[in-house]
Amino acid sequence: MRVGLFIPCYVDQFYPQIGVATLELLEKLGCEVHFPLNQTCCGQPMANSGFEHLTGGCNSLFIDNFEGFDYIVCPSGSCTLHIKEHLHEEKREEKASTIRKRVYELTEFLTDVLKVENLEANFPHRVGLHQSCHGQRGLKLAQMSELNAPFFSKPEQLLKQVKQLDLVSLSRKDECCGFGGTFCVTEEAISVRMGQDRVKDHEDKNVEFITGGDMSCLMHLEGILRRQQSPVKVIHIAEILNSTVK
Amino acid sequence: MESKVLEHSKASEVFNKDKERVGWHDETLWFVRSKRDKAAHNIPDWELLRSTASNIKHNVLSNMHDYLVEFEKNALANGVHVHWAADAEEHNKIVHGIIAKHGVTRMVKSKSMLTEECHLNDYLAKNGVEVIDTDLGERIVQLRDEPPSHIVLPAIHLKKEDVGETFHIHLGTEKGNKDPQYLTEAARHHLRETFLTRKIALTGVNFAVAQTGEFVVCTNEGNADMGAHLADVHIACMGFEKLIPRREHLGVFLRLLARSATGQPITTYSSHFKKPREGQEMHIVIVDNGRSTQLGREDFRNSLKCIRCGACMNTCPVYRRSGGHSYHNAVAGPIGSILAPNLDMRKNADLPFASTLCGSCSNVCPVKIDIHDQLYKWRQVIVKEGYATTSKKLGMGAMTFTLSNPAIYQTGGKVGRWFMRNIPFVVNNGLNPWFKNREMPEPPKESFREWYLNNKKS
Repeated sequence: MRVGLFIPCYVDQFYPQIGVATLELLEKLGCEVHFPLNQTCCGQPMANSGFEHLTGGCNSLFIDNFEGFDYIVCPSGSCTLHIKEHLHEEKREEKASTIRKRVYELTEFLTDVLKVENLEANFPHRVGLHQSCHGQRGLKLAQMSELNAPFFSKPEQLLKQVKQLDLVSLSRKDECCGFGGTFCVTEEAISVRMGQDRVKDHEDKNVEFITGGDMSCLMHLEGILRRQQSPVKVIHIAEILNSTVK
Repeated sequence: MESKVLEHSKASEVFNKDKERVGWHDETLWFVRSKRDKAAHNIPDWELLRSTASNIKHNVLSNMHDYLVEFEKNALANGVHVHWAADAEEHNKIVHGIIAKHGVTRMVKSKSMLTEECHLNDYLAKNGVEVIDTDLGERIVQLRDEPPSHIVLPAIHLKKEDVGETFHIHLGTEKGNKDPQYLTEAARHHLRETFLTRKIALTGVNFAVAQTGEFVVCTNEGNADMGAHLADVHIACMGFEKLIPRREHLGVFLRLLARSATGQPITTYSSHFKKPREGQEMHIVIVDNGRSTQLGREDFRNSLKCIRCGACMNTCPVYRRSGGHSYHNAVAGPIGSILAPNLDMRKNADLPFASTLCGSCSNVCPVKIDIHDQLYKWRQVIVKEGYATTSKKLGMGAMTFTLSNPAIYQTGGKVGRWFMRNIPFVVNNGLNPWFKNREMPEPPKESFREWYLNNKKS
C-alpha cells in the first residue's frame, strides 16, 4: 500500500515531530510511506479568507505531488477537509477528483482503512481530547453533540487502545477553540477568549495533556497555556499513538 | 441606515473588556443551547423532523409565486386587507398610512423582527406616532434606546441589575431593586394600562398558511394576543418567506420552533389569526425587502428557510462571546451574517468573517440551512466584489506567491524560523495580534522536510 504523506505547512515548519510520529506510526502499521518533497500548503488559509480564486497554484502543486498514491494521509482534519471539498483543476479534474476521494485524515485512516484494533502504544497520563471542528463536523470523525444520533468517535476509539492513558470527560466536548485560521488574528479578542475557555475546561479536569488531531487548534491553545504559564501541555494524537515506537 | 458602524471585530474587542460579563453571557446562552439539546434529544425522530421541515420550505421557495397568490386570495376572502411592500420604506409607509387613516398617534407592537429590519419605530416616531413594544425583553431594550441583541431573547445581554436600573429611571421603581418578580410586576402594570388605551396593535407573523389565508403568531407572554384582541385594528407584518403550504405542516414547524429556540416543547401561545372579529380591521403587510434578490442567489437561497428560532446564535461560540450588538444588524449571529450581506454588502462585509466556520450552527438549525457553508461562500463573493481591505489583499497575494513556489516556501520557512529563534522580537511584538495574548510557537532548527532528507531519503 503506497501512502503519500501530506504534512500541513505549519506542521512542516513548526512541529516536525508530528510528521515524524505520523510517518513512523504508518510504517509500523505496514504502509509504504512517501513524502513528496515539493508539497507546500493545501491553500486553505487563502480560501477561508475569501480568496479561493488564488488557490490555483496550490492546487496544481498538490496534484503534482500526490497523484498516483493509493492513499494520501494527513495528520490534520482541517487540511484534509479542505482538499476533499475544494481541490479542483480544470485541466486535470479527473486526477483532482481521484485525490479528493483518496485523502484521509490520520485517525480515520487508522480506524477505517487499516482497521487498527490493537495499538502497541503506552501513554501513562491524564489527557483531554480537543475535538477539532473541521475533523468532527466536516469529516465526521466523531458524533456531534447537536445531533440526535448514536455516539461514535474515531479518535477516542484509538486513544482507548493506548495503555495507561486516562481520558477525561469535558463539560463542553465539542466546542470550537477559536483558532479558525486567519480568524485567530482578525478577530483576536474572541479567538483568545474562546481559547481561554477551552483551556479552562481541560484544566478543571486536571489534565496533563490536551491532545487532538489538528495541531493548528493545539498551537493556539499552546500559545495561551504558555502565556498563562500553565503546566498543561499539548500533544498531537499521532505522538500519543506512536508513543512506544522510538 | 447608520453611516458609521463599528466592525464586528472592534465591537467584540469592546465587549470583551468586561471579562466576567462575557463569561456570564456565554454561560447564559450555553444554558439555552443545553436546554435545546435535551428537548431535541427527547424526540426520537428529531433529525427526520428537521429534514421534513427543510423539504417543506424547499417546496415553498420553489413555488413562492403560487403560494403567495393562494395566500392573498384566501386572506382577502377572509376579509383581511392585504398589502405588498417591495422594500422597508414602502412597508413603513403602508403601516403609517393605516395608522394615519385612523387618526391615531399611539400604538402597541409585539415582537416583530421584520419591523426592526425595516426600522419602523424610528420612521413612526419621526411621523409623530409613539410605539410601545409590549414584550418584556423588547420593552426593556426600547426603554434603553437599544436594538434587540437576539431575535428571541432581545434583552439577553442585560443582567437583572441593568433591568432594575432601567426601570428605576423610566418606570420609577425603587433604586437598586433587582428582584425579577418586583420588576416584572412593574412592567406588567405599566403595559396593562397601555394595552387598554391603544387602538392599533401590530404583530409579527411566524407562519402564514397559503391554504387557509390564516397566520400564526407564537409567543410566550401572550402580549401579541392581548394587543390584537383589545385593539380595533390589527396589522400583521411578514417577510414573504413565512409562508407554508398547508395547515398540517404546522405540526412539523411548531414542534421544531420552541424546542430549537428555548428547549420548550411548544410556545405558551400559538395563536391563529384568520379573520377580523366583528367591527375589527385586520391588515397583512407582505414584505420583500431584498428577499427576491436572495431567492435569486442560488448559493444563498436556503437562508430564506429560516424560522427565526435563534438556535444558531445560542450555539455560536463567537456570538456567545461577542453579543448580538456586535453584528450591527437586526438579525445577529450566524443567520444574520448570511442574511445581512444581501441587504447591504459594504456595510456587512465583516459579518461572514465573524466565524470560525465550526459548523455548529448548521447542526442545530431546525430547517437545515447550510449556514457555515454559506458563510464561506459569502467570503468569496465579498472579496470578488471588492470589499476586502488593501492590506488583506496584499497579505493574501504574498501568501499565495510563497505557497505556490516550493523553493521560496522552503527558503522562506527556514529564514523565518531563524529570525524567530535568534531575533524573537521580529514576531514577539505589539504589532503581531497573535502575540498580544498568546506565545508564538517555538521554532525548531529543522523542518520536517529537512529531517526527512537527513534521515529517511536514501
